[in-house]
Amino acid sequence: MITEQARIRNFCIIAHIDHGKSTLADRMIEKTGVLTEREMKDQVLDNMDVERERGITIKSQAVRLIYKAQDGQEYTFNLIDTPGHVDFNYEVSRSLAACDGALLVVDATQGIQAQTLANTYLAMEHDLEVFPVINKIDLPSARPEEVKQEIEDVIGIEAADAPEISAKNGINIEAVLEEVVKKIPAPSGDADAPLKALIFDSLYDSYRGVIVFIRLRDGRIRKGTRVRFLSSGAAEEVVEVGYFGPGRFIPCEELSAGMVGYFTASIKNIRDARVGDTVTEDGRPCDKALPGYKPAQPMVYAGLYPQDTARYPELKDALEKFQLNDASLSFEPETSLALGFGFRCGFLGLLHMEVVLERLERDYDLDIISTAPGVVYKVYKQDGTMLEVTNPSNLPDPSEIEHMEEPIVSAEIMTTADYIGPIMQLCQSRRGVYLSTEYIEATRAILKYELPLNEIIYDFFDALKSCSRGYASFDYELKGYVPSRLVKLDILVNREQVDALSFIVHEDGAYERGRKMCEKLKDEIPRQLFEVPIQAAVGGRVIARETVKAMRKDVLAKCYGGDITRKKKLLEKQKEGKKRMQMVGSVEIPKEAFMNVLKLGDTK
Amino acid sequence: MELYVHYPFCVKKCRYCDFLSGPAGEETRQAYLSALEREIRGWGNALKEQKNPEGGEPVMVTSVYFGGGTPSLMSAGEADHLMFLLAENFTISPEAEITMECNPGTADAGKLKAFHDMGFNRISLGVQSFDDGELALLGRIHTARQAAEAVSLARDAGFMNVNLDLMSALPGQDLRHWMKNLKTAVSLEPDHLSCYSLILEEGTEFAGMQEAGTLPAFPDEELDRRMYHETGAFLSSRGYPRYEISNYAGPVYECRHNTGYWQGEEYLGLGLGASSYLSLPAGEGGGLRRVRFRNPDSIKEYVARDFRNVSESALREGHVQTPDDEMEEFMFLGLRMIRGIDTEEFRRKFGQPIGEIYGDVIRRHVADGLLCREGTRMFLSERGLDLANTVMADFMLT
Repeated sequence: MITEQARIRNFCIIAHIDHGKSTLADRMIEKTGVLTEREMKDQVLDNMDVERERGITIKSQAVRLIYKAQDGQEYTFNLIDTPGHVDFNYEVSRSLAACDGALLVVDATQGIQAQTLANTYLAMEHDLEVFPVINKIDLPSARPEEVKQEIEDVIGIEAADAPEISAKNGINIEAVLEEVVKKIPAPSGDADAPLKALIFDSLYDSYRGVIVFIRLRDGRIRKGTRVRFLSSGAAEEVVEVGYFGPGRFIPCEELSAGMVGYFTASIKNIRDARVGDTVTEDGRPCDKALPGYKPAQPMVYAGLYPQDTARYPELKDALEKFQLNDASLSFEPETSLALGFGFRCGFLGLLHMEVVLERLERDYDLDIISTAPGVVYKVYKQDGTMLEVTNPSNLPDPSEIEHMEEPIVSAEIMTTADYIGPIMQLCQSRRGVYLSTEYIEATRAILKYELPLNEIIYDFFDALKSCSRGYASFDYELKGYVPSRLVKLDILVNREQVDALSFIVHEDGAYERGRKMCEKLKDEIPRQLFEVPIQAAVGGRVIARETVKAMRKDVLAKCYGGDITRKKKLLEKQKEGKKRMQMVGSVEIPKEAFMNVLKLGDTK
Repeated sequence: MELYVHYPFCVKKCRYCDFLSGPAGEETRQAYLSALEREIRGWGNALKEQKNPEGGEPVMVTSVYFGGGTPSLMSAGEADHLMFLLAENFTISPEAEITMECNPGTADAGKLKAFHDMGFNRISLGVQSFDDGELALLGRIHTARQAAEAVSLARDAGFMNVNLDLMSALPGQDLRHWMKNLKTAVSLEPDHLSCYSLILEEGTEFAGMQEAGTLPAFPDEELDRRMYHETGAFLSSRGYPRYEISNYAGPVYECRHNTGYWQGEEYLGLGLGASSYLSLPAGEGGGLRRVRFRNPDSIKEYVARDFRNVSESALREGHVQTPDDEMEEFMFLGLRMIRGIDTEEFRRKFGQPIGEIYGDVIRRHVADGLLCREGTRMFLSERGLDLANTVMADFMLT
């Protein structure tokens, strides 16, 4: 009889986008069970508060599958999902840290792609056992043998006997499950040692408080265990432990070394159970924390304002709710002359920001105006003090500033050799400092650059994708702050400064940026009763100007007979249009104008 | 009450025209005229019954307007029959203004005489331009000379009230050309002038030509406004002050029918796509509610109607006016008149001072110089006329 731990497999699936990661996950869930035979006999389901379970859908970060292998044994698979974007790199690395192996899905028609490599290297960094699966063999253009050869040549992992499957058509999924049993090592760990578990995710539930997702390295956890979070020091008594069924939580008696599951402990604030933190037993702590914990640090800041100013309380409410589940989101109230009351919010990156905006609009039906995203600048003043500025409006007068510093990142760009030229050009144009090129083989290289964070938060990712036809992948980490010649670019509409449109930019880019903003605004601002100058200024000096001419004519000469209704509809529409206007001084600006001018990616 | 009668047929569709009109075969025409007859009778019945419980005077019809299309295309007999039906079914005031729209290409002495004899007392001539090149471009069926002749034919037939329709801001037109048209028009001594800037409407032949690039450039807004301002100054100096955004006449000759639209008169629209604004008995108590409704745009649908329960179907299909509707319309329709609206009348009609509803809007537009107040009158300034929609939209309450 092999031990329980020996029948556990903790793994993730990694792949280039669209190579079939989620389809394969779905198939694996279909082919396996939720409960072990023993659990079914015990009728665990009957003991559960089914009603309470129903309302909750696990955000698909992890799922436990029961697989009866060819060796006759029942195995417990914990399939852990990884977010797929550089913004969530830290989250990705924590998810990987919870696994012992990774299943690498490669498209049989496309072969190795940028993210295939990036994800594989990331997995290898975490000492995961990686085994390949060749997907989409049902397609006529599939060339599994070549792709296998490519995997061996480029990545250097055994691929000759990689399962050839079609996740879409359910072909050969059994082989994948068997490979998981054979290729991925069972967890090692001492169930009798002091509790040591990694938090790889958490979720706020209004009934149970924070639900903490853990991977146990050593020890055991059960109801009543008094746990302590090593970084925050907070201690709580465990209320419930369990594991992840597809789409629901399934409570159990105990989790022990090697297992993946969750616990609740009436934790009210998600900040007390941060991703990456180590959980131990209060009375019997482990010797040291698991490596790699970093508190989430917002990198990108933007002001969010409700289009309808009356809905400010709703926005506040929504952000508070999000924060329950998202420890990396920060916000504090701010006021804009142009946009009214809103919040300055901190995000991990642009994607994170977009996700939040989208959810505000979708889940809360809030129309949001966001200011241009910016980074945290350090402003050293003449009087020797230092100020961190996230909102351009808070920048002190230039005369008070001794110098300013901006955050820079060290970036690694993996690409095929063909695109090195365009990528270097792109980095150059973003004030990048070239560090090195490392060839991982004849046709693939890693470019290393130092880039100002504020140059990559707008549209760098998109620009990189487009200049490498999607092949380049990109990773960065914050390196520190360096002095920089930064200026505040102000936009004046009818000689009044529009605070929501102020930017901090590098001196060299100010003119270009200012000119583009003016041009764009000119197209966005409808003609007014009077001529409206639009100016871009740096420190009171106008560097670009456009003019919106005064409206000359707005009249329906003919009013056809008695059809008043038609005319009225036109006027109502016009009035409706005015409601979407924001008064800036005496100028009516459509609210979309702010969005359109600030739109990500178009500002360059 | 006013009556509008729509005759949707014409010889040939003009290139700029997006009215409900077009050429049609004899069968369609006859079917239409007979539906129109049913509609007139239907309403005659409905309104007769409606008045009785009130016990008051029958509602006087103060204006009748035959529009189109080209109503002057009707034979004298057809027109006479319609006039007979109207007289039979409604109480038409002996003072009523009775207008026939007339395409100069369809006017002959005999017909005009007949129109006059059957009771029409006003002719509106769709001249549009006195430049044959422009007329051809517009796709009009007549020449400048025919237009001038039509004026004297109308006079000869006995018409004491003649209007000329002119169109400015035509493709390729400059200020000089326009003023020349205007001067020619004035030299014919009409009693009333309507001057509209041409608006390019979707779906017209012009729109297609514009797309294909075969149309000369339209005057820009700057030129359009210069034409408008020059028109006002010139016509005023010749005894035709502007009294509505696009209409010019001395006080006696202001078009009563159209003025009625702007000043809240009730009207019944008969015929294809015609709009009405009428008090109808609504609900159980039979109390009267003002309703806006409109006939179908499709001839097929229109001629298929039996018009037996016109009042009920109008109520069902139409829009029962709310106090807000009435206030909005009082404002934006009234402001089309150069003399504007009377704030005292507003208070009388709606039981509250205008400032309570529109104080902010009025103050703002007065401050911007778009709106003027003199005593109890409130009206658009010169600039306000150029930007009338901007002002009017603000009087919308929704």
